[in-house]
Amino acid sequence: MNAPANPLTTRFDGPAPEAQVTRHMLKRGSVAIPVLVAVAGFIWGADGALGCLYGMALVFVNFALAAGLISLTARISLALMMGAVLFGYLLRLGIIFLAVILVRDASWVSLPALGFTIIATHLGLLFWELRHVSATLAFPGLKPEPNPQSKTMSDKRMRKRKRTGRES
Amino acid sequence: MEALAKIVAKATEAAVDPADAKNQAAAASAGYAYGLAAIGPGIGIGYLVGKAVEAMARQPEAAGMVRTTMFLGIAFTEALALIGFVVFILLKFA
Repeated sequence: MNAPANPLTTRFDGPAPEAQVTRHMLKRGSVAIPVLVAVAGFIWGADGALGCLYGMALVFVNFALAAGLISLTARISLALMMGAVLFGYLLRLGIIFLAVILVRDASWVSLPALGFTIIATHLGLLFWELRHVSATLAFPGLKPEPNPQSKTMSDKRMRKRKRTGRES
Repeated sequence: MEALAKIVAKATEAAVDPADAKNQAAAASAGYAYGLAAIGPGIGIGYLVGKAVEAMARQPEAAGMVRTTMFLGIAFTEALALIGFVVFILLKFA
């Protein structure tokens, strides 16, 4: 059995899987912006649409900050990463709190729409991303994308799996 | 003595004005909702990241996999705090 490494001195210089997952999530989230804004606009009017946009921006910044903090501190030390995650949680909650307090009396924002968007976007993006996350030793971040031009058996199998949504 | 009793009665009336009492109760409830909703995820994230760091220190070759799982775990746990926060803003400001 291997002796555990010292978390104070252990660091990871390789690619950051959480940054890759977050970039993918934000790309997908930006595709969902028009749909969510239209739904919020339909229910709460123009205030709702603006509140929805503001809420989505908050969620995107929250994800980007979380991934950025982990990627940055993992290159320095694991112990620092732990501290950054814990204090980052407080920092991000504080940022969201301040951002909402700043617009609470603004006439152009609907608070129910903002609240609904924060929860729906955060959870929706996470559940959506779960379909694309691999988390294996070979592919620690996202699942590999099949090459549409390739004729090899493994790529054909991968394309079929992607089409049917079945894992073998 | 009678005058003193009148003053006390007036002060009591002013203190338990129903509108004020309702506002105070709403503000206190909103504060409790946000505070309690933030404590649970805080403990959860601490435990989650502690275990992830332990796993990465023990098996550095699996660090990428652990980091992905840890990041998603943190985001899911944080959703609980965000739900508490949204309840807070709806109770307090909406």
